[in-house]
Amino acid sequence: MSIVQDESRVLAPPPAQTDAATLAGLRVVPSRHPGRWLATAVVAVLLAMVVSSLVTNDRWQWSVVTQYLTWPSVLTGLWGTLRLTFAAAVIGFGLGTVLALMRLSRSPLLRSVAWGYTWVFRSVPLILQLLLWYNLAYLYPEISFGIPFGPAFTEVDTLSIVGKFGAAVLGLGLSQAAYSAEIVRAGILGVDQGQHEAAAALGIPRSRQQLRIVLPQAMRTIVPTSINEIIGLVKGTSVVYVLAYGELFYTVGVIYGRNLKVVPLLMVAAIWYLIITTVLTVGQYYLERHYAKGALRTLPPTPVQRLRWSVLAAASKVSGRPLPASVPPSYAVRSTLGAGHLFRTGGDR
Amino acid sequence: MSAGLVEVHGVHKSYGTLEVLAGIDLVVQPGEVTVVIGPSGSGKSTLLRVINHLERVDRGFVAVGGEVVGYERRGDTLRELREKDVLRQRTRIGFVFQSFNLFPHLTVLENLVEAPVHAQGRPRREVEAEARVLLERVGLSDKADARPRQLSGGQQQRVAIARALATQPEVLLFDEPTSALDPELVGEVLDVIKDLAHSGTTLVVVTHEIGFARELADTVVFMDGGRIVEQGPPAQVLDHPQHARTRAFLDKVL
Repeated sequence: MSIVQDESRVLAPPPAQTDAATLAGLRVVPSRHPGRWLATAVVAVLLAMVVSSLVTNDRWQWSVVTQYLTWPSVLTGLWGTLRLTFAAAVIGFGLGTVLALMRLSRSPLLRSVAWGYTWVFRSVPLILQLLLWYNLAYLYPEISFGIPFGPAFTEVDTLSIVGKFGAAVLGLGLSQAAYSAEIVRAGILGVDQGQHEAAAALGIPRSRQQLRIVLPQAMRTIVPTSINEIIGLVKGTSVVYVLAYGELFYTVGVIYGRNLKVVPLLMVAAIWYLIITTVLTVGQYYLERHYAKGALRTLPPTPVQRLRWSVLAAASKVSGRPLPASVPPSYAVRSTLGAGHLFRTGGDR
Repeated sequence: MSAGLVEVHGVHKSYGTLEVLAGIDLVVQPGEVTVVIGPSGSGKSTLLRVINHLERVDRGFVAVGGEVVGYERRGDTLRELREKDVLRQRTRIGFVFQSFNLFPHLTVLENLVEAPVHAQGRPRREVEAEARVLLERVGLSDKADARPRQLSGGQQQRVAIARALATQPEVLLFDEPTSALDPELVGEVLDVIKDLAHSGTTLVVVTHEIGFARELADTVVFMDGGRIVEQGPPAQVLDHPQHARTRAFLDKVL
């Protein structure tokens, strides 16, 4: 049967079955999307304008930017930012996890204290908290270690413990803990009740129930929001300039205060913040993948794997050699999409 | 001694104002198979959860192997046990859930090994060897390194049974083990349970599979409204029920 014959029978009842052989020989024309093309063109022009202005406007002073990007004092400031972020994240998430477990405890006092902590530290602005911690020595000039309400074993000068760095870490870490606590609590609540019951029914000790059974499953929801929070923390460290602690933002401020090259030095800081965030984002991808074990039947390939497979598939197409066994068959099929694909799932009749 | 003996005495349990168990007395002899049937909401599942102390009783007590569950007897008082000791008791009572509740982030073998190693403190190598034998027994020796979500429902429930057996319990409790399964997968799970019957372990099975009850049960217990309406050998309870309520229920499900 041919198409011409089909057209001559337009008024006749539709044929009982399509002619697979004829249809398979026809040319396939992809549908057109004029709106999409227009939008793409507009965005491309805007993008070109941005790039060209970045290159041609010499007020950006890119030579100054590259000069200061690896300036020793900038690197020291960068190290200060990383140190602060790390210490505050450890305190924030360590204490946050403890607070979350307290919120879920059966003791009303533990529950209320955890609730009260979150309430206070979420309510007071970070910059105010930082200044308060910095003035701790005014409230308590000396800190003594000993028995509560009893004798003290040793006393130390508050300023020797809580200096600029100490105040910054305390301020950032303690306020972070309030937010982290809610993230961890939400993650734990998201784990199926049956998992708690199964662990209890097997007689697994309570601490191990939490650490081995519940938290790893909660991590799947905890990780994305936590990385979000840590990225916020990286940039939050810039608030610490109020304590004149030498982190990245304060450092570039000191430099442009001296040489007045304000914009290039702000760009130096911006580029470093971008780099830190990029590293964290890549880390987030692999962390999420790690905790997806068990939640997905098969893990999606990593970008590196996808790139490798596409290259191998292309190479085998060019050279005519068979595809290596490690490459999933879907990669070979995708590059040879022809007219016959209409019938790939239906099968030939 | 009395290992595997389950005694339930005058147990009451309410959720708020709703009385779920209204005075249950039941004795299950060591090594026997007891099947609990009854309409939904009759308290069957709660009875099982009370036996391994996943739920606290309001009144009465439960004893497994002659030891009161959740309490310690000192003279004429019962002192509530600390959670640590309740967890220790639970390793002697296996529980198989309707929805399997396997740990999805652990492999099948890790699911089996977790409790014997970390609740009972047994050496990992010995436990792993035993776990592989158990997997063979439920016909899944090739799935040791798979994760639960990669298995079918029937396979998952068989793993869950192997996991419950891994702590070498004297009593195994099954809470509607086949209710979440596609009909064609029910048989493979029931076959595994049949293998366990009369192997020395006491089985208490809540189920809607009347055929299974008739074939395997030493005792069938019919529950309704939080009470045991009648109990006895399957030939008596299933074929010649004494109570109208039992007859009405059986007419509906058979």
